[in-house]
Amino acid sequence: MPSAGDPSQEGVVEGGLALLQGLELGEQPTVDWDWISRNFGDEILPALIGHVYLSFISVAIALAIALPVGIFVSRYRKAYPPVTFVTGLLFAIPSLAFFALLVTIPGVGVGPFPVIVALVAYSLLVLIRNVVAGIDSVPAETIDAARGMGLTKRQILFGVEIPLALPVIVAGIRIATVTIIGIATIGAYIAAGGLGVLIFQGISQDFPTKIIVGAALATLLAILADVTLLRFQRLFSPWTRRAGRA
Amino acid sequence: MNGILEVLRRGGFGQLLLTHIELSVLALLIGIAIAIPVALAVNRSPFWSAVAINIGNIGRSVPSLAILAFALPIFGLGFVPSLVALAALAIPPILINASTGLRQVDPKIVDAARGMGLSGRQILTGVQIPIAAPIIFAGIRTAAVQVVASATLATFIGGGGLGDLIVEGFQRNDIYIQLAGALSVAVLAIITELGFGFLERAFTPKGLKVARKRRGK
Repeated sequence: MPSAGDPSQEGVVEGGLALLQGLELGEQPTVDWDWISRNFGDEILPALIGHVYLSFISVAIALAIALPVGIFVSRYRKAYPPVTFVTGLLFAIPSLAFFALLVTIPGVGVGPFPVIVALVAYSLLVLIRNVVAGIDSVPAETIDAARGMGLTKRQILFGVEIPLALPVIVAGIRIATVTIIGIATIGAYIAAGGLGVLIFQGISQDFPTKIIVGAALATLLAILADVTLLRFQRLFSPWTRRAGRA
Repeated sequence: MNGILEVLRRGGFGQLLLTHIELSVLALLIGIAIAIPVALAVNRSPFWSAVAINIGNIGRSVPSLAILAFALPIFGLGFVPSLVALAALAIPPILINASTGLRQVDPKIVDAARGMGLSGRQILTGVQIPIAAPIIFAGIRTAAVQVVASATLATFIGGGGLGDLIVEGFQRNDIYIQLAGALSVAVLAIITELGFGFLERAFTPKGLKVARKRRGK
């Protein structure tokens, strides 16, 4: 046990005071790297994995809804404006409000479920719009040629239209994914887990390191998803690469 | 329903709504005041335009809660830190749309204007900006909706606004306060979305509308 006059202890106290004063003065606080290395396995990593899980499930469900709906409204144009209007309104609802509304529905309660529902709702607008825009971007001559070759409607859809629409659809998935990774952080407020847990704990415990780790990882995850999906987008459109070189 | 109305009639509600609107409007104005001049400044150079667009893209990937949370250790709690964070949030969509919008103006049109003897400034204000106006305005609309939504999160760093009601509802486990907060925020956001959609159409120059009709769009 160090005595009260222990110089090493005084140093710690002074350091702590300086950090507190720094906070009060609004100076940039130092990141506690020691905390990060001590808690990487049991706090940071689970939050990161939870975040990836929430985002991935939501985009996958949203895609499963948006693809058939998008194909349908690209055929029945009358349905397109109301669909974009409704999904546009859903998209405009602030996430915290959306979560708060969903939680009040009897039998829902807090947890990942209402967050996934909201994240799916947010993705629909972008995904449906891009499915329709992708199918629209297929030149009429190409479809004519396919019909001339004797392809059925179904064959044209799956063999010609969807493959050619893929880059635009992937562009939509990219925007939706980046948006969802961002919004998923707020899900931690209603106990859905993810990187938001670190941010909210950092705020309530007045511990900047947690805030910075949570916020930085969420940002990096979003940028990583953006870059990866951009690669896919280019992979699915080899013709633009060739055109670019010519 | 009555329970919700009761919360809305409380004395504090007007103040929260006002703070929410103040935060949003000021943040949007600051965002415009920074993003538009930068977009105009980089307009002439393809390199700096690409830099601006890429910075905008990265900025847009930063989660809004992360921007607000970052502001806390740097600027502390309260209205001003929230305003700074929300303004930072408003910049990327405006910057991206203004830069791409100005760059997408058909070079033939700019050539024609130059051939007519217009100066660089005249081309910018009389040709490029009007043609890019709808795209620039779409960026402002995106930013506005995002700022109104994210202002809800200002409550977590003591910035006030309607998010206070939602948090109060959760903390007291009072469904009416929670619903009152959530519904009023949702309505405010939807009004912003629809209102800016209307303004966007109003900001489209007549000439562009005619051209669009002719192309059968």
